[in-house]
Amino acid sequence: MDGLNIPLNHILLVSSLLFAIGMLGLMIRRNIIFILMSLEVMLNAAALAFVAAGAHWEQPDGQVVFMLILTVAAAEVAVGLGLVLQVQKRFKTLDMDHANRMQG
Amino acid sequence: MLEIVFFYIAATVALIATVMAMTRANAIHALIYLIVSLLAVAVIFFLIGAPFAAALEIVIYAGAIMVLFVFVIMMLNLGEKGDKQERQWLKPGIWAGPAILSVILLVELLIVIGDVNGPVSVSAVSAKEVGLSLFGPYVLAVEIAAMLLLAGLVGSFHLGRRYLERDHIEKGSSQ
Amino acid sequence: MSETIWVIPLIPLLSSVMLMLFGSRLKITHIGFLGVASVGISALLTLVLAVEFMQNQQIIQESLWTWMEVAGFAPGISFYFDGLTLVMMSVITGVGFLIHLFSTEFMEKDPSYARYFAYLNMFVAAMLVLVMADNLLLLYLGWEGVGVCSYLLVGFWYQHNANGQAARKAFIVTRIGDTAMALGLLLLFTELGTLDIQAMVGAANQTWQIGDSIPLIACLLIICGAVGKSAQLPLHTWLPDAMAGPTPVSALIHAATMVTAGVYLIARTHGLFLLAPTAMTVVAVIGIATSLMAAFTALMQTDIKRILAYSTISQIGYMFLALGVGAWSAGIFHLMTHAFFKALLFLGSGAIIHCLHHEHNIFKMGGLRTRMPVTFWSFMIGSAALAALPMTSGFFSKDQILLQAYQLPDLGPGLWMAGLLGALLTAIYSFRLVFVVFFGEANTEPDKDTGWRMAVPLSVLCFLAMIGGYFMIPVAEVFPASDGSHPAHWVEYVSISVPLVGLLVAYLVFFNRRLNIDGLANSTVGKSLGNFWLSGWGIDWLYDHLFVRPYYGLANLLKSEPVDGIYGLIVALNQTFNHWLSAAQSGRMRWYLASMVAGLIILITLAANLPTGVLQ
Repeated sequence: MDGLNIPLNHILLVSSLLFAIGMLGLMIRRNIIFILMSLEVMLNAAALAFVAAGAHWEQPDGQVVFMLILTVAAAEVAVGLGLVLQVQKRFKTLDMDHANRMQG
Repeated sequence: MLEIVFFYIAATVALIATVMAMTRANAIHALIYLIVSLLAVAVIFFLIGAPFAAALEIVIYAGAIMVLFVFVIMMLNLGEKGDKQERQWLKPGIWAGPAILSVILLVELLIVIGDVNGPVSVSAVSAKEVGLSLFGPYVLAVEIAAMLLLAGLVGSFHLGRRYLERDHIEKGSSQ
Repeated sequence: MSETIWVIPLIPLLSSVMLMLFGSRLKITHIGFLGVASVGISALLTLVLAVEFMQNQQIIQESLWTWMEVAGFAPGISFYFDGLTLVMMSVITGVGFLIHLFSTEFMEKDPSYARYFAYLNMFVAAMLVLVMADNLLLLYLGWEGVGVCSYLLVGFWYQHNANGQAARKAFIVTRIGDTAMALGLLLLFTELGTLDIQAMVGAANQTWQIGDSIPLIACLLIICGAVGKSAQLPLHTWLPDAMAGPTPVSALIHAATMVTAGVYLIARTHGLFLLAPTAMTVVAVIGIATSLMAAFTALMQTDIKRILAYSTISQIGYMFLALGVGAWSAGIFHLMTHAFFKALLFLGSGAIIHCLHHEHNIFKMGGLRTRMPVTFWSFMIGSAALAALPMTSGFFSKDQILLQAYQLPDLGPGLWMAGLLGALLTAIYSFRLVFVVFFGEANTEPDKDTGWRMAVPLSVLCFLAMIGGYFMIPVAEVFPASDGSHPAHWVEYVSISVPLVGLLVAYLVFFNRRLNIDGLANSTVGKSLGNFWLSGWGIDWLYDHLFVRPYYGLANLLKSEPVDGIYGLIVALNQTFNHWLSAAQSGRMRWYLASMVAGLIILITLAANLPTGVLQ
């Protein structure tokens, strides 16, 4: 444990930046595929923060939560991409703003 | 010492790659930048003593999930027209509001983590320890994650099957 | 007969109801017969009753049933009959019968013949209830009943907007007085516990001393009601406009009976007024002021009916003067003689109007003396009585009033002088009317003279107006006796001579034109004074600016519902928020995302600033 180790707050800084960038992408893109990608970036940023915290306390819990996040991301992408196919099929576009009417 | 240098390099690569991924017009290009970003994060995981997480990040995130994206993009067959459309959508006018919101959130996050101090241990938390706690105290979470995956599986199968079926019908009727 | 006096008001009421229900299906002759006969029967019954009363002087009190009973307040449908009631009933049924008969010819061509007689009969019934009522509440019922009939009949030709407005004015102005009167009744009931007139006066005499404040207030409130109904200052403005109704209606309601109801009311409750000398002075002052004001106004009018209307106001002013100075029987006497000669004059003017195609302007008439002799003589006799020329009925009653006014201490001579001035003016304006209408050059040609149904009532009324002064009205038992003293003889001579002077002035000015007043009338002062009098002393203008316009202003202000504005604001705010919130539900994903991020920012800000421990 010498003073030359990686500082925790730098890792958290990287995590925050990734999260902010992902959020920015989420808000400015209209294409559903890019929205899903932005979501992946944000989930990944959160996962980084968990793993860093786990490493800081030398506990496995951070990585456990990372795996759960991984699971959520996988399920979300699977369903999300299925939806992308349906949207493309129905509206002939991937523009989120066009798919703004709820239909049964 | 070397680890610190590697960390900053990996962090820089991750941030740049993410920014590029968010700003590309072509979906495949963006996807490849995203994979680079994920790999850089995997390096960070490895550096802060989570080799198991790093491996999973590469195998599942950068591997499986991104491949899923690639499949879908290829199925949609967006091409040049899609790129042009994307460039049109990415006009500077729509950046202002989201950028301000994001910056505010970032500043707040920085203030919140401002008083966090202390180093990160480089000693590895092994896969065994992770496995023990997963199937020890977190077993319920694992069960729930399993159910979530099952739901995702059924849902995506349902959505995708209808897509294919209708495709077939339309093809059949057009012939 | 004395057991069933309730029949007398019932007959006209039944006839009125029948005419209302079946009027449209009856023939004109039947309608006329029903309308006239019902009042005629009442008049006959009253005559029988009068003969009985003259023989035995018996006061009749008759209770039919209890009207309502609430917490000790139990007014009955009950009638009271004494000399005063007899006089009033005779006037109402007798003059009323003649006017009904006159109306059958006057209204012959009117399509609403049945409606007219239904209203007129209902009026007679209500007026009889008013004078026969044993308690003040029943009196009030009759009082409002005649008010309603007056409204209906003034606005009888409702197709013209002006008539409807005149009717509403009559109704609303009298309503002001009636409201005050209702307050007076409530005050009397709470103080004395009864509204039966006889019991109430008795109780008042035991409870209060002369000069107490509560009887004064009650009397002033009753005066307000009387002033409204009898068209005295300051509530007289409705009567000239009420001339919009058919002329027989003016004769019956606005000359002979209803407008004298105020006089009757004060006479009936004289026991109260004796307890409040101040109120009596007020009555006298109101009377003389009204009398003079109306006399001056009548001098300048050109509409024949408006002249008579102002003259009515003026004569009722004399009655008020009589009541105010304690000359009760003289007041009632003048009421009766006035009913005769004023009904005569109104019917005469009705005959003129009828034969001249609804011409009202006296300067467009002229020279009618030879062509309408019956009407001419009616007018001559009526005007002579109105001007109180000696030996006519008006002479006796007015003379009594003036002499008794003179005897009042302090104010007496002043009131007498003012009364004389009024008498002078009365003589001038009444003979101005006669000379302008019946002498001089003919300006229009009447297409016919009066028929018998007009001529008979006119002749009978002529007779009554001549000899009415010799009637002895049987009210000696009702009112406290006057002391019987007589003022000096010169007072009497002056009183007699003043109307003759007036007649002479009118003769010189309007008949042989020896006395030329054109220069005086055309001078600046004369003109402005004339216009001032013509407009009725500008009182209508004053009220218009003082009450009507501010009221309209207020109504306009309230038309936009400022109070509802508060609730409207709440509604508008809700709608605005609704619009904002529904705009948020745009279906645009990026908008939702931005909102979520904004919320996240706020949450983090809160969480970062909260002291530790709050969130746990």
